[in-house]
Amino acid sequence: MAELTLMKNAAEQQLAAEWTAAKAKLPGAAPLRAAAFETFAKAGLPHRRVEEWKYTDLRALMREAKPLAVRPDAAAFATLGETDAGLGDLDARRIVIADGYLAPGWTDLNESDPGITIVELMAWLGEADLFRLNSIPDAARKDIAVSLNTAFMTGGVVIHVRKDACIERPIHLAHVFSGKTAAAIYPRSIVIVEPGARLMLIESHEGPDGIDYQANTALQIFAGDGAHVDHVKVTREGDTALHISSLMADVGAHARFNTFGYTTGGGVVRNQLFLRFGGEGTVANIRGATLLKGRQHADTTLVVDHAAAGCQSREVFKSVLDDESRGIFQGKIVVRPGAQKTDAKMASHALMLSDEAEADNKPELEIFADDVQCGHGATAGDLDEDLLFYLRARGIPSAEAEALLIQAFVGEAIEGVEHAGLREALIEAVQAWLKARG
Amino acid sequence: MSLLEIKNLHVEIDGKKILNGLDLTVNAGEVHAIMGPNGSGKSTLAYVLAGKADYEVTDGQVLFDGEDVLAMEPDERAAKGVFLAFQYPIEIPGVATMTFLRTALNAQRKKRGEAELTTPEFMKRVREASGKLSISQDMLRRAVNVGFSGGEKKRNEILQMALLEPRLAVLDETDSGLDIDALKIVADGVNRLRSPERATIVITHYQRLLDYIVPDIVHVLSKGRIVKTGGKELALELEASGYAQFQEAPVAAE
Ligand SMILES: Nc1ncnc2c1ncn2[C@@H]1O[C@H](COP(=O)(O)OP(=O)(O)OP(=O)(O)O)[C@@H](O)[C@H]1O
Ligand SMILES: [Mg+2]
Repeated sequence: MAELTLMKNAAEQQLAAEWTAAKAKLPGAAPLRAAAFETFAKAGLPHRRVEEWKYTDLRALMREAKPLAVRPDAAAFATLGETDAGLGDLDARRIVIADGYLAPGWTDLNESDPGITIVELMAWLGEADLFRLNSIPDAARKDIAVSLNTAFMTGGVVIHVRKDACIERPIHLAHVFSGKTAAAIYPRSIVIVEPGARLMLIESHEGPDGIDYQANTALQIFAGDGAHVDHVKVTREGDTALHISSLMADVGAHARFNTFGYTTGGGVVRNQLFLRFGGEGTVANIRGATLLKGRQHADTTLVVDHAAAGCQSREVFKSVLDDESRGIFQGKIVVRPGAQKTDAKMASHALMLSDEAEADNKPELEIFADDVQCGHGATAGDLDEDLLFYLRARGIPSAEAEALLIQAFVGEAIEGVEHAGLREALIEAVQAWLKARG
Repeated sequence: MSLLEIKNLHVEIDGKKILNGLDLTVNAGEVHAIMGPNGSGKSTLAYVLAGKADYEVTDGQVLFDGEDVLAMEPDERAAKGVFLAFQYPIEIPGVATMTFLRTALNAQRKKRGEAELTTPEFMKRVREASGKLSISQDMLRRAVNVGFSGGEKKRNEILQMALLEPRLAVLDETDSGLDIDALKIVADGVNRLRSPERATIVITHYQRLLDYIVPDIVHVLSKGRIVKTGGKELALELEASGYAQFQEAPVAAE
């Protein structure tokens, strides 16, 4: 079949113009950026005939590309409220990244913990090699959202946890959109957890309602042998925002890796997770809870690459879909040749609160080893009438009974968050969502 | 005024007639037993009183304390004091038993305009009630009915009854699946709640339970109607003779 060149749409043309205007000014990693932009330029924005993006046709959803956000000036940084990301008074070391730039006034990079160093991404880019930045899983390398982030990334942090260091206090990367008009933001951060070290990382993304800003964010995690990393991502962007996130994790042997994604905000959200288990005997819990209403659209696309033998992964994703919302789960588990004794079980469940809501589910197993235990299961259904009746027969009003059951449904995913304070905060966030639902 | 008055109740499900002109009057202070063959409509009656959807009331009336119960939502009925101990209590994964008990108790209190219970007061009541029913702390820590044995589920129903202190308790085969000791424990729980203001309807297949919860009145339900009413000796009679004599009872000429 002849190669088909698609007409560039407005967004693609704007991105190209943006690139031409910005490339000389974008700090560092010029060859990497150029190569990444070339990947985008060849393929264009992903659309529904691109299998990985089949349910989230970015070409159709992204009518135009917003201009690249500029670095907020000192006054703008100073007015940034201390964000709690809906997590209440959770005690965490907070690093604020506003419009894709590390906010100086709100960030303490020099806290005296000898186990950890935090530097601004661009400062690091200037001096170190680009090895880490370019060290991304295969599936992510050809992804257009990742390529665009690499081409346009403006700032973020590099967090480095030393060998065997146990960082008690969670690190909270708080991303905010502070603009008054729509813009595009491209934060990127890198987290290196050396062998035997332990880190709890929270990443949050927030912004105002009513502004159709575009966030394309990427996070790379490198977890060494025997490391223990807990990662939680809270997505509560404004109601008309477009949010695309890419988590890329490379996990060593005998490590523990837990990630939990909590999504309630954004008009269109795409959460991509590219996880690679490259060493033996690692145990991973990969979970998510998405609660949508109105016409929200949220897509979780997961690639779990078991590249070494004897790893265990559990994937549990829950979505609660109200009104005309649409929840998508695409989960792919790859077991490489030689990754014997892989134990991977994936489940995705959608709870439909409205007849107009839609759940799409696409699990995939690609198994190239013979001695493995892999499976997946998916369900989509309404609240159980018999359970509701039991609760109501005890005097619990309908709305409260529904809330209890929804919380129980989501709770199964939240349970996996090991940090008690954070788990509580997430449960409260769910309660707040339910309260707002009325 | 009677506490419960059921007049000429007709109920269908999916177009199938299940209750066919059932009349029943229960006064405060009384314990009624309802017996009857499998499929005669006992659980249907219990569900209709509690307000389960799916059942269509095509004729008749149910008054609780003089009020039209059929017009009320299930939770309103519960707050007014109607309680159903389910024949098959279901498991509610993810909902902690204590959260459930507390939510139910406080929702009912709120509806009645009473203050919510403080945590210590709530804990004290649960401790007392569960102790009397030999329900372990471990069971209370689990999700509602999850991993409970059949008998434990039944005891959990009685725990809820003890805490909610309903004015009308309908016990649907609460004795089935209970061992002798549990049967006594459950019967004691029911008897503790007996008072001049309250009434109980005990649905059962076995005389044995009625040795412990002695009924004032016994009814036989067959094909969706009460076909015979008597004193506690009727239960003994049924134990000896079975239901054959009622099976052919004519369905009322309509
Ligand atoms: N959801 C339903 N759909 C169709 N038929 C039903 C439904 N629920 C009950 N029935 C039918 O109604 C009739 C009465 O059932 P019910 O459960 O009330 O009987 P029961 O007297 O409680 O019996 P048991 O002694 O076995 O508990 C039965 O024939 C049953 O099959
Ligand atoms: Mg029954």
